[in-house]
Amino acid sequence: MSLLEVEDLTVHIGTRKLLEGVSFTVGAGERVGLIGASGSGKSLTALAVLGLLPDGMTVRGSVRLDGTELLGRPDRALSAVRGERIAMVFQDPRTALNPLMRVGRQIAEPLRAHRGLTRKAAAAEAVALAEKVGLPDPEHAVRAFPHQLSGGQRQRVGIAIALACRPALLLADEPTTALDVTVQAEILGLLRALVAEQGTALVFITHDLAVLAQIAERVLVLGGGRLLEDGSLGDVLHAPRQPATRELLDIARASAFRRSREVTP
Amino acid sequence: MIRRAWRPLLRRPGGVFGLAVVVLLVLAGVVSLWWTPFDPQATNPGQAWLLPFQGGHLLGTDRIGHDQFSQLLAGARETLVAAVASAAVATVVGLVLALLAVLTPRWVGAGVVQLIDLLVAFPVLLLAMVLAAVYGSSLATVVAAIGIGFGVAVARVARAELTAALGSDYVLAARAGGARTGRIVRRHLLPTLAPTLIVQLSLVMALAVLAEAALTYLGYGSSPSSPSWGGMLHEQQAYIAARPLLVIWPGLAVALTVLGFNLLGDALRDATDPRLVTTR
Repeated sequence: MSLLEVEDLTVHIGTRKLLEGVSFTVGAGERVGLIGASGSGKSLTALAVLGLLPDGMTVRGSVRLDGTELLGRPDRALSAVRGERIAMVFQDPRTALNPLMRVGRQIAEPLRAHRGLTRKAAAAEAVALAEKVGLPDPEHAVRAFPHQLSGGQRQRVGIAIALACRPALLLADEPTTALDVTVQAEILGLLRALVAEQGTALVFITHDLAVLAQIAERVLVLGGGRLLEDGSLGDVLHAPRQPATRELLDIARASAFRRSREVTP
Repeated sequence: MIRRAWRPLLRRPGGVFGLAVVVLLVLAGVVSLWWTPFDPQATNPGQAWLLPFQGGHLLGTDRIGHDQFSQLLAGARETLVAAVASAAVATVVGLVLALLAVLTPRWVGAGVVQLIDLLVAFPVLLLAMVLAAVYGSSLATVVAAIGIGFGVAVARVARAELTAALGSDYVLAARAGGARTGRIVRRHLLPTLAPTLIVQLSLVMALAVLAEAALTYLGYGSSPSSPSWGGMLHEQQAYIAARPLLVIWPGLAVALTVLGFNLLGDALRDATDPRLVTTR
């Protein structure tokens, strides 16, 4: 039995299908990359796993964590799973942090919600977590508001929040897209080290092949709401089975090539 | 957050003025409980129609010898009670309606929104007169009317703000972290709403001072025997040609108080929003 088993996941809005028959599994401690063009349903898949789809979307299929069905369970039951067993890191750390709350309190929130820690104990734990994700001067950093931190530091806070309760599965939705390239590499390295240390499984959503190659062992390719490929990193990148996957990879390579040309004088 | 707000608040001229007015109002109200230069309610025909500074009366006396300064001090109590109580009622009404509108299932929420829009269209002064007709004229009636009347306006602003906050990434992130609705409301929605609410409530207090004076002036407020600025205006209006100063004192008090609450609210908003505070 895998840690996460998604079976025939289908999401509608009205009569329009956004995801259709998506099935995959994630093993404990496994690092899976989820790639696809914009609008292919990557983020939607992550939100569906957490049961956080926007109002008006209907979902069918099955999402099992450790064999327990999550789909259709009441919000109360799901919120006990979110942040505790499955956590998520968001794309833009500028908007995913509450601008009015000190980052230390935001890191402490999942601990207080799930572990019932006192304010003091959670605050101490937040400093430890801030240190763990490499925030400079953690004692001071936890007292900062998000706007006082840099983009990379904010994403470190996002990772600290997500890993606070040592979840079994971490969903990372393009966590490096909003960052510049050097910071990207730092954040990727941090994520890889932390999930390895905690034995956390990772589903890493991206559209960037360079990023994918650095973090994923296995790759899932989504296109038009369907799962196109599911295989090891090397197989999918070098021998894609579907024409649509090949096209996606070509476009991604071409844009990566253009970017590299732009930097070279 | 509020503690850190003092310094930036005092750096703004509007904040200093507003704070000074509110502090003066509170001082006047509290001091008048134990001491006024003369008994504000004592009629003294021998001392009638005195001009300011005559016979020790700082602001003069009216036709039955009421010391105007003492009456102003004592009237501050009623103004203060009206402002604070109305704001409290408006907060409760506004928050309950706004949270109902955004957190309940869509068809319930839509109904609440309709109700808010309907009530916003209903004039506050008219509501006060209706309530006074049914329950009798009193300060409580005035406070209830102002609180409910402006509370729905607060609800409308709060609902817009809450809708935006509920759709924000950080609320989604909090839910992904396992926060349930109650925790989201406490930790994220109410703090996000606070700066807006403070401005709205200062506005409600300003309008409450004005409405309370107007309603008392019209005879819908507290009984004429208890001192109030609206009541003073009512008393003196007949003699406005002979003694314009007697109308000017309570009028000036009302105007300055309204201005003070407004300026304080603006300055508080600027000072409590960390996004606008640049110093660490």
